[in-house]
Amino acid sequence: MNVKEKPTWKELPLAAVIPEPGTSAAYRTGDWKTLQPVVDKKACIKCATCYTFCPEAAYEEDEYGYFNPNYDYCKGCGICSVECPSMCIQMVEEASE
Amino acid sequence: MEVSLAIAEAARQADVDVVSAYPITPQTHIVERLAQMVADGDLKASFITVESEHTAMSAAIGASMPGARVFTSTSSQGLALMNEIVFLAASMRVPVVMALANRSLSGPISIWNDHSDIMSVRDVGWVSLFANNGQEAYDLTLMAFRIGEDPRVMLPVMISFDGFILTHMIEPIYIFDDAEIEGFIPPYNPQFKADPKTPMTFGPVGVPEIYTEAHKQQDAALRGSREVIDEVFADFEKRFGRRYNAVETYMTDDADVVLLSQGSVFETTQLSVDELRKEGKKVGAVELRMWRPFPFADLQAALKNAKVVVVLDRAVSFGGQAGPLMSEVRSALYPMKDAPPVIGGIAGLAGRDIMMEHYREFFDMGYRYLETGKEPEVITIVGLRQ
Repeated sequence: MNVKEKPTWKELPLAAVIPEPGTSAAYRTGDWKTLQPVVDKKACIKCATCYTFCPEAAYEEDEYGYFNPNYDYCKGCGICSVECPSMCIQMVEEASE
Repeated sequence: MEVSLAIAEAARQADVDVVSAYPITPQTHIVERLAQMVADGDLKASFITVESEHTAMSAAIGASMPGARVFTSTSSQGLALMNEIVFLAASMRVPVVMALANRSLSGPISIWNDHSDIMSVRDVGWVSLFANNGQEAYDLTLMAFRIGEDPRVMLPVMISFDGFILTHMIEPIYIFDDAEIEGFIPPYNPQFKADPKTPMTFGPVGVPEIYTEAHKQQDAALRGSREVIDEVFADFEKRFGRRYNAVETYMTDDADVVLLSQGSVFETTQLSVDELRKEGKKVGAVELRMWRPFPFADLQAALKNAKVVVVLDRAVSFGGQAGPLMSEVRSALYPMKDAPPVIGGIAGLAGRDIMMEHYREFFDMGYRYLETGKEPEVITIVGLRQ
């Protein structure tokens, strides 16, 4: 991607246009959470409820069938933690990690 | 020719591709004529009939993004209704041209002329110029396309001209032959075009990391437009012989009291200067034609010899410092060494005629200040029934 993350006012394209498509993936929206989900894989039943409910589609399935949150995009809303039927997702303070 | 029709003619001669407008008094004749031209095949353009001014400006921006030349026109409440999109036109850097037939904002409800509408959009980021008569309204509309579309500017341009006093006035206006203005307005070629083949994001969210830099960039563009406006004024004079200035002056060289105004009243202030000069009073008149970008140096130069500057405001800043024009002029002169004092009053609200005796009262305010050093009451309205 050619768009600089923090351009000076002279580097910024005219009218802040983003002159190429598909750039939103580069914008990490997960930096504003205070609590982040931590999955206890011993209790996880791989049901994909967290994956289904996550409004940011931030859960990714790994090669063993577990679902892991991508903290670059997870906003820490905690829906996964509430919906998890085996109650294996704890919301933990980001800073204490 | 009626001034409104001359403005429509200027838009036709600029070969606009899209007209997006909603009728409102006293602007209606302009877009009515343009609709007629499109229907008759005299203008090959899309006339977008919209359900409100909010949409008129939205459609104007959308049409400009792929590279169309766009014209619109409004007044008063129409401008108020399109307000949020007026800001976007500037921040998205689309060179839409808007003829603003100045009319007072409600309430009480008024269709008549003053400058409360233009003053409400002081900080929108458009290039903003005033026309004093029909010829100027026609000339400036033509120039507006060239100014706004210049790659160094890329900003929308609004031309203010007084509703009814100009829009409905029939006066001699020299209309160029189409061949005469050939080449005066180069083709519009934006750097970023909305095109499905090259997808990009226009008007993105200005996250905290971007908004500040975007605003600085926009302000630099508006300030920088001054150079281009001067070039266009100079080329217009070279081609057509009529001179336009950021600040117009009349008999100011030796004037003690200078009356400063905007719009069509500037012509009448000149008549009042002539009358008072006959009585031996050293008076002069100045017009701030260029409202944005604000011509600080020109204004300071024009007023440096004055003993007092009296500003004639045609809008009220409720609870503030007289009118918006006076507070702008006062602060523009503040950094000057030996700046002349700036006082002011309000007149001509909502179509109330400003008579010769009223102009005389403005000059008297200046003389009274010179004698007593006392400022007029905040706010002073000339012609008010007390």
